[in-house]
Amino acid sequence: MKCDVCEAEATVFLTQIINGQMTTVNLCEACSKAKGVTEVTGFGLAEAFVGAAPRAMETAPDLACPSCGFTAAQLKKIGRMGCPECYDTFREGLEGLLRGMHKGTRHVGKRPSAIIAAAPPPRPRRSTVPASTPPAPAIQTPSITLKEDTPAPPPPDLNKLRAELDLAVKEERYEDAATIKAEIDRQTQSSPPK
Amino acid sequence: MMRFSTLIKNPADWMKGSGPHSEIVMTSRVRLARNLRGFPFPGFSQEHQRVELLRAARPVVEELPEMRDGYSVDYTELSKIRKQVLVERHLVSREHAARTTGCAVVIDRKQSISVMINEEDHFRLQGIRPGLNLRGAYELVDRIDTEMDAALPYAFDGKLGYLTACPTNLGTGMRASVMLHLPGLVLLDQINPVIKAVGKIGLAVRGLYGEGTEALGNLFQISNQHTLGEAEPEIITQIEKVIEGVIRSEQTARAKLLEDHATMLSDQVGRAYAILRYAHVLTSKEALNLLSMLRLGADLDIITNCDRSLLDLLLLEIQPAHLQLGAERELSPEERDVARAEITRARLQAIHGPGHSAKGGPDSAADI
Repeated sequence: MKCDVCEAEATVFLTQIINGQMTTVNLCEACSKAKGVTEVTGFGLAEAFVGAAPRAMETAPDLACPSCGFTAAQLKKIGRMGCPECYDTFREGLEGLLRGMHKGTRHVGKRPSAIIAAAPPPRPRRSTVPASTPPAPAIQTPSITLKEDTPAPPPPDLNKLRAELDLAVKEERYEDAATIKAEIDRQTQSSPPK
Repeated sequence: MMRFSTLIKNPADWMKGSGPHSEIVMTSRVRLARNLRGFPFPGFSQEHQRVELLRAARPVVEELPEMRDGYSVDYTELSKIRKQVLVERHLVSREHAARTTGCAVVIDRKQSISVMINEEDHFRLQGIRPGLNLRGAYELVDRIDTEMDAALPYAFDGKLGYLTACPTNLGTGMRASVMLHLPGLVLLDQINPVIKAVGKIGLAVRGLYGEGTEALGNLFQISNQHTLGEAEPEIITQIEKVIEGVIRSEQTARAKLLEDHATMLSDQVGRAYAILRYAHVLTSKEALNLLSMLRLGADLDIITNCDRSLLDLLLLEIQPAHLQLGAERELSPEERDVARAEITRARLQAIHGPGHSAKGGPDSAADI
């Protein structure tokens, strides 16, 4: 069994059940210490950990990219995407992963000239594949085309929910935490929680 | 387009030990990951899709002003040894060299810019400059990237930036890395705290040939891990600041070696010279570690009149594929060790060992 954080052999296993929903966390010794999980004093610890740590994609395993057929299960297994459009398909579960991986979750560097021409300021909370980008002359029409305008605005209050979840856990309101977590799961998976 | 032999014959400027802080920093490299809309990433695409992308994109890359008259090759037409030579020169990645159908690389005449097609991403653009000069390396790839952008439909997302096969490269798609020679810190046993400190601020430390490789010859690569949330110049400035700190530590370590451990230092350098100059069997590991001592000896004037570019070129020439390219056949590891010793003996004829004056003749007074 591997550690959920660093891939080392897990030696600490936390399991909690809230309203019949089971969450397990596997950690190696180093990560359990780093997270302050030194002994199982209550199930709040596991949930606090899950809320704070970079973790695997929170996406239904059978969700597949309409463009290339890549599934969430494959993504979880190899940690890479199938095609550029996968980022739209799996966008919802990505945020937490990116937060653990990078300095931020929003690109601030160089942009392609077509993007600059089409939409100078970065539009907040929108996926921006500009509708007006012309296909480049040098490439034959690709066998797979991207949707012209990708409607994937994330639910506006996911971050707020996550903050509420953290607070609920901190204050040991576990039933509230379970309710909030279920709502997050519902929004991020667009399918009922297991 | 250029032939392989022509490309390899002339060493690139960055192989000759010049550039800012060249006594400690060997090279600065910047690579950008780029992909095209509408094509699956190479790791998840069908062979015919990779071939289709290659057929469409390779002419575009070849026609860029910087790449014209450069070297361009389809991997189905490149022998294993030649591929490995390009890996040893850091012109292609190990991962890319392991692939065949649908893959190609385009390299400019000066061996400063390379564009790998169908690596983990559709394109990996790389620029190399000698010494500490990440800005210069970035300028090289930035220009190529802008030109390619004008002709090819890049996959880009307003929030996530350049879309890459692996989410670890999202955003700028930029990896900036610096190759450092740190024998002083290693000899004084101070390297581990430095590696730890660099790791703590989100930079990666690796060996000579990247991920999972050993730090042979006291050579270390430091590169950024975060690519999303910061602009390219910020990332580069941050790394350069860290590298400058490492350079200062190495300089302090070297000064301390000279002051407190002069005899040990001269002994190490002298032994390194003697073995390299007269050995008939040299493993890769032994040669790299001894060459590191010799370079240190040259940097600290223990060996005078030493042409450092000769040492840096030798570092390349003794790599397995370079040896086999020279021999024009595959060599067993044992044969390579003999060939390595042979070329090393020959090259070192031009260098006098420690204890010789700058004018050349043996300085017997200093020896007594």
